[in-house]
Amino acid sequence: MSKRIDVEHLNVHYGDFLAVQDVSMNIEPRSVTAFIGPSGCGKSTFLRTLNRMHEVIPGAYAEGRVLLDGDDLYGKGVDPVTVRSMVGMVFQRPNPFPTMSIRDNVLAGVKLNNKRISGSEADELVESSLRGANLWNEVKDRLGRPGSGLSGGQQQRLCIARAIAVKPDVILMDEPCSALDPISTLAIEDLINEIKTDYTVVIVTHNMQQASRVSDKTAFFNIEGTGKPGRLIEYAPTSDIFNTPQKKETEDYVSGRFG
Amino acid sequence: MSTSTTNPGLSPVRQSKLTRGQRPKWLIPVVGLVAVVAGAALAALIGFSVALWALFAAVIFLIAGPVAVGLIEGSRAGADSLMTFLVYAAFLLAVIPLISVIWTVLANGVPGLTSNMLLTSMNGITGFQDNKADAPGDVMGGAYHAIVGTVSITFWATLMSVPVGLLTAIYLVEYSQGGWLGKAITFFVDVMTGIPSIVAGLFAAALFGMIFGPSTRTGFVAAVALTVLMIPTVVKNTEEMLRIVPNELREASYALGVRKWRTIIKVVIPTAISGIASGVTLAIARVIGETAPLLVTAGFATAINWNTFSGWMTTLPTFIFYQIMNPTSPTNPDASLQRAWAAALILIIIVMLLNLVARLVAKAFAPKTAGR
Repeated sequence: MSKRIDVEHLNVHYGDFLAVQDVSMNIEPRSVTAFIGPSGCGKSTFLRTLNRMHEVIPGAYAEGRVLLDGDDLYGKGVDPVTVRSMVGMVFQRPNPFPTMSIRDNVLAGVKLNNKRISGSEADELVESSLRGANLWNEVKDRLGRPGSGLSGGQQQRLCIARAIAVKPDVILMDEPCSALDPISTLAIEDLINEIKTDYTVVIVTHNMQQASRVSDKTAFFNIEGTGKPGRLIEYAPTSDIFNTPQKKETEDYVSGRFG
Repeated sequence: MSTSTTNPGLSPVRQSKLTRGQRPKWLIPVVGLVAVVAGAALAALIGFSVALWALFAAVIFLIAGPVAVGLIEGSRAGADSLMTFLVYAAFLLAVIPLISVIWTVLANGVPGLTSNMLLTSMNGITGFQDNKADAPGDVMGGAYHAIVGTVSITFWATLMSVPVGLLTAIYLVEYSQGGWLGKAITFFVDVMTGIPSIVAGLFAAALFGMIFGPSTRTGFVAAVALTVLMIPTVVKNTEEMLRIVPNELREASYALGVRKWRTIIKVVIPTAISGIASGVTLAIARVIGETAPLLVTAGFATAINWNTFSGWMTTLPTFIFYQIMNPTSPTNPDASLQRAWAAALILIIIVMLLNLVARLVAKAFAPKTAGR
């Protein structure tokens, strides 16, 4: 289920603009990796290259290699759609499909791809995914109700359930808690701790406490100035980043001297 | 904060400082009454008429009301009430013609709305029958053939323009990515929006004339003319509706490993369907009342013709036009006039039904947001 990611010398471009320069890192399976850094430093862009979602933006492309258990995501003939079904993603703002019920939202990955699924299988998948996202007890009596009727935190957990339901190898989270209150954030963080036993989780966050709470390893990204590309400054176990950072920039950032 | 309250038992009631210097409630009604009376008097001086009376009353009220409010509450409140009254006046001005049209059509059309009108055509109706008819109920002949023509021509026009318009809009929003083809299409759609309808009619007539020989006139030629008018409306509206679908939903779908075309069909369009449906209805409502292009493409028939692809057809607008311009009995046009008004009423009812259907469709497809 869970796979490792190896990134080798990755550059990401938006047209002529170089957004992220020369990033290399190895992400272990069954671990949580947090990306921190100031706004605009390319951490979200880099996250999106891990499932080729950046290609949705016209003119965006990446150079270098991203290996998922040794298979290059950017190799010749690789279909981005296949990549995305192996590497799921949860976004900053909860985005359940407004036309679908809670149940259909969970089944979206299956149904939108027109895969056949029997009623009992679907029921099982819905229950296991919602249980996996810690949402089952709250919504089990109203699976037919619209997903947009849930609270923000519940919607975000619904989105996680939706991502789990397609059984990916890796789950990417782009600031999943930035639109949520502390209680919902706690629920999501607990959830991250639980799902890391089955998945490789990569999370972008602006909240350094969150990074130190949930992650095993932390990557610090920075940017020298506007118009300059973002770079990976330091990548180390989380406790090292926050307690004994090797680079001056990292220390300044995590100690709150800037950013 | 305030110590004054009207709640008994808590503290003594007294005049609140916060409500001092406000106009009494009766002020505006009284100013209105004065304006009506003064307007009547002024109008009587010049030569009384209801329109003049209303005009004078409105002007007096628009001046006196804000001035009175301004004297009591200060200039800011005065300016505020002036703008409020102007907005109401503009609203009334906009509604008057609408109500007047509906009222006129109802008053003139209802007497002619007989079973003859709805269920028979003008086949075999001559001036002889019209001259014999004394009461509104005696009038022979009707608009059944025109209803059939309107429905079938509009149906074919919708059938042709909706797929083309929908797919064009999908290309513009989802695929063109600001390329030259997308820009060119947008430009031509904008130009097409401004095409006078008679030009669309001439285009269709000329096109079919070139292929099937001169003066080919069938319902289908008219449907093609209406399609030319309808496509830009459908494209523009659908484009707007697709653009307001949040990008997040597309990304959510892509992130689940769903292909682009499937994302469009299963996520984007269902999210926008209610807006698209009402836009299509508006486009139908726009072309259903077209007269000029039908005069040059569909010919004129007095008999029922269900076949859109052969023979002349009449629609409700052309029926109205001919009934007014060429009454069946030139010496006694009342019967024709009555049929024209009834046909106008039928046309309005059809458009209203279409709007109703669009609302129901929109409601049925609308994203479900209710209920926590």
